[in-house]
Amino acid sequence: MKDFVKLFDEIDSTTSTNEKVEALKDYFKHATPTDSMWTLLLLTGRLSKRTITSRSLSRMFLTQTHYPEWLLEECWDHVGDTAETLSLLAHSLNLCRETSSQTDTSLTAWMEEKIPNLARIKDEEKQSQSLINLWKKLTAQEIFILNKLITGAFRVGVSEKLVIRALSEVYGVPTDQIAHRLSGNLDTGEQAFERVVSQEAVAANFSQPYPFCLAHPWNERSEKNFDPKEWCIEWKYDGIRAQVIRRESHTWIWSRGEEDITETFPELTEIFTHLPEGTVIDGEILVFRNQRISSFQALQKRLGRKKVSEQILKDYPAGFMAYDCLEFNSRDIRQETLKERRKKLEKTVTKIHDSKVLLSPTIDVDTLEELNELRMKARERDAEGLMIKWWAGVYSVGRKTGNWWKYKVDPLTLDAVLLYAQSGTGRRSNLYTDYTFALWNEKKELIPFAKAYSGLDQSEIDELDAWIRRHTKEKFGPVRSVQAEHVFEIGFEGIGSSARHKSGIAVRFPRILRWRKDKKAEDADTLQSAQELLRAVNREE
Amino acid sequence: MDLIRATNEGLYCPVGDFYIDPWRPVANAIITHAHADHAHWGSRQYYSSAKCAPLLQLRLGEDLPLQTYLPSEKFPMGKTWVSFHPAGHILGSSQVRIEYGSHVWVASGDYKRTPDPSCDPFEVVPCDTFISEATFALPVYQWDRGEVTAKKILEWWQQDQERPSLLFCYALGKAQRILAELARLTDRTIYIHGALEAITNIYRHAGVKMLPTASIFDHDKGYSFKGDLILAPPSAHRSPWMKRFKEPQTAFASGWMLVRGTRRRKGYEKGFALSDHADWNELNQTIQETQAQTIFLTHGRTDVLQRYLTEQGKTVRLFQTEYDAHEEAS
Repeated sequence: MKDFVKLFDEIDSTTSTNEKVEALKDYFKHATPTDSMWTLLLLTGRLSKRTITSRSLSRMFLTQTHYPEWLLEECWDHVGDTAETLSLLAHSLNLCRETSSQTDTSLTAWMEEKIPNLARIKDEEKQSQSLINLWKKLTAQEIFILNKLITGAFRVGVSEKLVIRALSEVYGVPTDQIAHRLSGNLDTGEQAFERVVSQEAVAANFSQPYPFCLAHPWNERSEKNFDPKEWCIEWKYDGIRAQVIRRESHTWIWSRGEEDITETFPELTEIFTHLPEGTVIDGEILVFRNQRISSFQALQKRLGRKKVSEQILKDYPAGFMAYDCLEFNSRDIRQETLKERRKKLEKTVTKIHDSKVLLSPTIDVDTLEELNELRMKARERDAEGLMIKWWAGVYSVGRKTGNWWKYKVDPLTLDAVLLYAQSGTGRRSNLYTDYTFALWNEKKELIPFAKAYSGLDQSEIDELDAWIRRHTKEKFGPVRSVQAEHVFEIGFEGIGSSARHKSGIAVRFPRILRWRKDKKAEDADTLQSAQELLRAVNREE
Repeated sequence: MDLIRATNEGLYCPVGDFYIDPWRPVANAIITHAHADHAHWGSRQYYSSAKCAPLLQLRLGEDLPLQTYLPSEKFPMGKTWVSFHPAGHILGSSQVRIEYGSHVWVASGDYKRTPDPSCDPFEVVPCDTFISEATFALPVYQWDRGEVTAKKILEWWQQDQERPSLLFCYALGKAQRILAELARLTDRTIYIHGALEAITNIYRHAGVKMLPTASIFDHDKGYSFKGDLILAPPSAHRSPWMKRFKEPQTAFASGWMLVRGTRRRKGYEKGFALSDHADWNELNQTIQETQAQTIFLTHGRTDVLQRYLTEQGKTVRLFQTEYDAHEEAS
């Protein structure tokens, strides 16, 4: 595991992408295929399965050391990460080595034997004893990595793109080919790794989607190059991005998170069995009701279900807005222009004849002013903005600049009062950066309505952090309640009613737009104004 | 009875009529060490250890009204006897022992127990009441020995000979400790930022063995500093001063660098946990060894240490001070 620890350390202590790629290349050149595969899965966040939770890891530590629980909590509060807190405490209690030992256990052995063995121990006392015994053979830094592997919460400052680039340079396989092999279900082990880096054209698992083409926010620079004849304008819908695959009498629907959601949408899957063999189309899953598209909140009722009840199917009927075709007559057509692909998409979709599958309309625009006016009308069309795509562009992998742009309508906003603060994690640990905001109700009480994490710059975060420390009313564990004084403009993408929240509303993607130092707490918005906003946005309900 | 109490000016001893590290001008100021949050300007008469004097004069003026004493040398202040004892924090840093009748109080200022080749080691002074800092009073803070960290610094510096290596650290104490720790591992010349020069000279004059140093202005404009180590204060990070160095690798040496989140937030590529304050175990060990019945805590994570010591049966009280606990002093 030492090579992996070294890799982590190198990636963690540089901001230069080139150096990160160099470190990765150096690692992959020397690592065994099984270690490489584990590393690949870990660094690209494909291991969500936790063998042991952070909570039980802490419990093991407490069982073995009889450490005061409050003291562990204070430490966690300061560090913001269980794996790291415990490794630092192991150092403090002399439960580790000062320098690395001569012997090394491979990453594969840790992942396939040692950690599962530890997880299997039923007796709490014996389990915690084994954990400490593992620690004692490692340095504090190695314990940190081990704890991360155990809890499955592995995050390091490297994007999937960089990992792909390193593999591509070491094994001489084009990046988009590796990206394709990485999408869909991946296995562990030597053979799985061979499939990823093989120079032969591998028979890709036939269930697998293509990497999704992503859009960039429209900006002034893209405006300069705007020529209405060359660009395809469509509505941007707030649904679930999905790829539909029809190959060899099978149908799959994949979300952009590369999750197989075929069974979540049985009515769509049924319709797509009528697609011709060897077809892949790209589009958006939405809820279609009464000739309109419902808000994302309605679609949310359909998510995370493997079994879908009749009632749900009736209340929240799903539909599909198709906007691209990636495979036609069993041929990958991603390198053809959008114009060509659109023709093939039209041919494909018209064969289906079902009102649940629509062809995303393209809109004619002559000037930039018209484009802007159109964007303003997006909400009337149940859309959240416009998509602007280059007719001559290919279907590129990931977020390559230039071919696809998104141009959203301005976010919805409310002015809210800061009510609670909690320290963040990672680079924001020991700073109060996770905030809860509240609105006034009719009885002049503040009711929490949204949590937001981002949107302030570092100096504002520091300023607010210092203020929070000096104006804390109460502490509940890591959370502090503060005096109602500061007002923030909170932006969000959608608003819906919610029975689960005390405020009665739920907002989507809330974030801080501005610190309204010009406003006093009394000037903040009320729940009533939030309700009005809700009604204005979701007129159909 | 309380020999010392906290006032708006600083920690005050009424029977001795003096203040310890006052933050406003007073008549008699006893100074533990020369960091800016402990040595303030404007008092009528200053008292310090002899080794602290040149640093105080550098910071507060050559003509500072200052009386100096050797370690353990007792001198009268009002109805009390006062003496200085090494605190192991930086050059000349001292604890202040106050004796009045049968009562002994010790105000320790800032201190550490980890061995440091650039200053005298901490002396345990038995007392009834011990006044302690609590800057790093969380169990996650546990320092490696200086030579372990120095080896890591050397490794970091040596493994990239194609670029300049910029190591940021506080100008008084930390920089000289690094120069002294590294002197055991190499004999290379180290470049230092102008803000470090006068202080480093005082250390050298006091007989601290350190690596040879040079100013970055000793070279022509064209010199690349490839493979060189340069020490600079944190204020120089991302300043125009840094433009001189092409694509440098950067690191920061401070106790806070032990925590990954802090390390990443500060925007340095690499962090070395090197502190001139006591870590959690050192704080607890010291408080035990002084045998003090009552502990006063001044700055830092006083809440955590207070609760922990109280659970061990100690009497713990807090002093509100204006000593800086967020950053290590500059």
